[in-house]
Amino acid sequence: MQRIGVFVCWCGSNIAATVDVNAVTETLAKEPGVVYATNYQYMCSESGQNLIKDAIRDQKLTGVVICSCSPRMHEATFRKAAASAGLNPYLVEIANIREQCSWIHKNKEEATEKAIILGRTAIAKVQLNAPLIAGESPVVKRALVIGGGIAGIQTALDIAEAGFEVDIVEKKPTVGGKMTQIDKTFPTLDCSACILTPKMVEVAQNDNIKIYSYSEVEAVKGFVGNFTVSIRKKARYVKEDICTGCGLCTEKCPQKNVPNEFNLGLDTRRAIYIPFAQAVPKVATIDPNYCTKLNTGKCGVCEKICTAGAIDYTQKDEIVEQQYGAIVVATGYNPIKLDNFEEYAYSQSPDVVTSLEFERLMNAAGPTGGVLLRPSDKTHPHTIVFVQCVGSRDVSGCGKPYCSKICCMYTAKHAMLCREKYPDTEVYVFYIDVRTPGKNFDEFYRRAVEEYNVHYIKGMVGKVAPSGGKLKVQASDLLNNEQLHIDADMVVLAAAIEPDKSARPLATMLTASMDTNDFFTEAHPKLRPVESPTAGIYLSGCCQGPKDIPETVSQASACAAKVIGLLAKDKLTCNPCVAHSDELMCNGCSSCANVCPYGAITYVEKEFRQPDRTMLVRRVASVNPAVCQGCGACTVACPSGAMDLFGFSNKQIMAEVDAICK
Amino acid sequence: MQVNDNKDFQPTIVAFCCNWCSYAGADLSGTNRLQYPANVKIIRIPCSCRLNPIFILRAFQRGADGVILCGCHPGDCHYTTGNYYARRRMSLLFSMLDYLGIEKERTRVEWVSAAEGAKFAATMNEFVDAVTKLGRNHRLEDLRCKKQ
Ligand SMILES: Cc1cc2nc3c(=O)[nH]c(=O)nc-3n(C[C@H](O)[C@H](O)[C@H](O)COP(=O)(O)OP(=O)(O)OC[C@H]3O[C@@H](n4cnc5c(N)ncnc54)[C@H](O)[C@@H]3O)c2cc1C
Ligand code: SF4
Ligand code: SF4
Ligand code: FES
Repeated sequence: MQRIGVFVCWCGSNIAATVDVNAVTETLAKEPGVVYATNYQYMCSESGQNLIKDAIRDQKLTGVVICSCSPRMHEATFRKAAASAGLNPYLVEIANIREQCSWIHKNKEEATEKAIILGRTAIAKVQLNAPLIAGESPVVKRALVIGGGIAGIQTALDIAEAGFEVDIVEKKPTVGGKMTQIDKTFPTLDCSACILTPKMVEVAQNDNIKIYSYSEVEAVKGFVGNFTVSIRKKARYVKEDICTGCGLCTEKCPQKNVPNEFNLGLDTRRAIYIPFAQAVPKVATIDPNYCTKLNTGKCGVCEKICTAGAIDYTQKDEIVEQQYGAIVVATGYNPIKLDNFEEYAYSQSPDVVTSLEFERLMNAAGPTGGVLLRPSDKTHPHTIVFVQCVGSRDVSGCGKPYCSKICCMYTAKHAMLCREKYPDTEVYVFYIDVRTPGKNFDEFYRRAVEEYNVHYIKGMVGKVAPSGGKLKVQASDLLNNEQLHIDADMVVLAAAIEPDKSARPLATMLTASMDTNDFFTEAHPKLRPVESPTAGIYLSGCCQGPKDIPETVSQASACAAKVIGLLAKDKLTCNPCVAHSDELMCNGCSSCANVCPYGAITYVEKEFRQPDRTMLVRRVASVNPAVCQGCGACTVACPSGAMDLFGFSNKQIMAEVDAICK
Repeated sequence: MQVNDNKDFQPTIVAFCCNWCSYAGADLSGTNRLQYPANVKIIRIPCSCRLNPIFILRAFQRGADGVILCGCHPGDCHYTTGNYYARRRMSLLFSMLDYLGIEKERTRVEWVSAAEGAKFAATMNEFVDAVTKLGRNHRLEDLRCKKQ
C-alpha cells in the first residue's frame, strides 16, 4: 500500500495569495494513497525541508508530492532532502503551482481548483514512480585525438597540459595538417610554418602525448568514459624508433618520379620520403605503390644507404588496442575535386591552379622555391585572375550549398602578397560577395583594395579558355553590367572545402551524427558547439564546419576544456531516467536504434524458454544506460510497445492525463 | 464544425511541454505574470519526441477538449532531432484525428523556446479560445469515464 505525503508550499504570499493552500491541503489529504498532508510557508527553507524529512521518517512515506514552484527551481533540493531521510530521490514529484498556477491566475477560486488538479496529477504519477538508482561508470583518464592538424594538435596540447595522457592518430606520415602547406596566414601575414612547427615539436616532446602517425582508427567499441579503440599502424617499412630522419635514403632512392602530395603534385619526390623538413615525427616512409623493392624484389638501395639500419621491407600493418575515456574528432577538411567545373579549364591547363596549390607556389619550401612561376613554362605571370566561390554557395548540385568561409580572406591574402612581391602584376578577383566578419578581417580586405590596388569585380567567371599560352577569361561585371575579357597568365580557383572523405566511415564507427554535407553535428548548435550528441565524442576544427585558424584553435581549446572536465571525474553518474526495453515484447526490429540520436541501443542474442520448454534464441534491443540521454524517441518508435522510459513511463504519463481529464 | 453557444463552457486542455524549452517557456510566462486560462494543465515530458500518440488518444478518451504539444524550435531540440520526429508523428496523427471528427483546431503543435514566455501565454490564450468556440468534444470519448 502506498503511503504518500503531500507538502503544499505558500512560497510566502507568492502562492498563498492566489491559492487557498489550506483547501488544497485538505482536499489532497483525501486522495487515495495519501497518508499525510501539510502546508508550510517556505518548503525549500531548512525548516521546510526538515518538515519533509521528519514526515518521511515518522510516517514511513513511500512517495512525496510537493506542491510548490517549478521543478526547474527546486526538484534537486527536494530530491536531496528525501534521499537524506532515506527515501529514494526519484520517489519525489513536484506539482508546479507557482509558475504554472498562482502567478498566471488572478481568480483565487480558479487557481485553487487548478492547484488541486495539479496536485492530484502529481499524486497519480508518484504512485507509479519506481525507485531509481543513478548508475556509475568509471572513466579511463586518457583521450584519443583523431587527426593531427592544428585542431588536433591544440586540443592534445591542452589536454596534456592538464595532466592527462593523449594519443593522436594521424593518417599521414606527419602531423600538421593543411597548415603545413600554407605560406603566410591572414590577417597578420606571419609565416604559417613559423607558428605551426613549434607546436608540432611541443607535441612530439610532451611526455603525455603519443603520436600514432601513418595510422588510422580501425574500430571503436564502448561508450563515454570507456572506449576501446583499435588503431591500424600502417606499415611504413621503416623502423620508427631507429630512423634518425637524416634523409640520406630520400636522396639516393632511384625511384624519382613520384608525385609529391605535400606540394600537391606540382613536383616529385622519391619512393622513400620525408614529407617536409620539419615533419613530426621526422621519420622516412616508403610509398609501397612506387617502391621497386616492394613491387619487384629488386633494388634495396635505401637499406644499403641507411647507416642506422632502420629499413625493414618485411614490416606489416600492426593493430594496437587502446582504452580511452574521451575521443576527439579533428579530421579537418580538403578542397573539393574540380571535376564538375570544367569551365575553368583546371584539367586542361597547368596554369589554372587551386588556392592551396597557389600557397605552395608562393612558399619558399615549395616547388619553385618561393618564386611565383607559371607551372607550364616557368615564366612569371603578369596578369592573375582569382575566382572565388568555386563550388561554394552552389545549390545547382555541382558544388556545395554552404559558404566555405575562409576563401574571401585567403584570396585577399593571395592578391595582396602577389602585388607586394610583384608590383608589376595585375590582379583581378571575381567574387559573389566579400565576407570578412572576423577581427581585423575587413581592414585586411580593404587594404588589398585600397593599398594594393587589387581589382575586385563583383561577378562570375563564365569560362576560362587556354589559347596560345594565355588563359582567356570571360566574365561578367555585375555592378557595371558589362562583359569582360581578360587575357590572364594564371587563374587561381578558390575551391570549396569539404570534410575529409574518411569522416563518414569514422562517424559510423563513433555513432556520431553528421549533417548532409558530412560535417559532424554538434550536440547543440549554440550551446554545446564542441561536443557531438554522442556522449564522450568531441569535435575540434574544420570537421565540424569550415573555419580559419583562429577559430579552429579557439574551438580546439574549448574542446579540450570539455574533455578535461570529463577526464577529471573518476566516475560518471548516469541519468537514471533512461529507456529500457521489455525483452519479452521486443522483436528486435531495430526501429528504436534507428531513431536514437546517441547510438545507445544495441542488439543482443538472448535465450528464451518457450512454453514447450524448448529454448529459443532471439535478437532483442538492449539500452546502454551510460549512453542513453533519456529523450524517449525510441519509446514512441517501438511498434511492439517494448520500450519505455524510467521516470516518464507510459503508465505514469497516462496517469497524469487521466488525472487532468477527470 | 459545430459552434458552441454555451457561454459557461470550460474546456479541458492538456498541454505537453518538453522539459528543455517549452516547460521553461511556460515557467517564464509565470515569472512575467502573463495570464492564460486555468483550463490549461501542463504535463512535463523530457522531449517532444516522448509524446506517444496514445497519450493524446487517451486524453480525448478521458474527455479532453483539446491537446497541444509544445517543443523546442526546429534545430534547437536538446536531443537534436526529437522535435522533427514529433512534428511528423503529430501531423500524421492530427490528420487522422480530423478524419475521425476531432477537428484540427483541437490539436496543435507549437514551438516555444525557453525565452518565449509571451509566446507561450499568447499561444495558450488563442488555443483555449479556439477550443472554447468548438465546444465540448465527444468524439473518442469513453462514456464510461464520466466527467464529474
Ligand atoms: C588555400 C588555403 C589558405 C588558407 N589560409 C589561411 C590563412 O591564411 N589563415 C587562416 O587562419 N586559415 C587559413 N586557411 C584555413 C586553415 O587551413 C584551416 O583553418 C586549418 O588548417 C584547419 O585545421 P584542422 O586541424 O581543422 O584541419 P586540417 O588542417 O585539415 O587537419 C586535419 C588532419 O587530420 C588528418 N586526418 C583526416 N582524417 C583522418 C582520419 N580518418 N584519421 C586520422 N587522421 C585524419 C589529416 O591528415 C590532417 O592532418 C586556409 C585554407 C586554405 C584551403
Ligand atoms: S531514450 Fe533517447 S537516448 Fe535513450 S535509447 Fe531511447 S532514443 Fe536513445
Ligand atoms: S523498437 Fe521495440 S521491438 Fe523494435 S527493437 Fe526496439 S525495443 Fe525491440
Ligand atoms: S527537448 Fe524540446 S523538443 Fe526535444
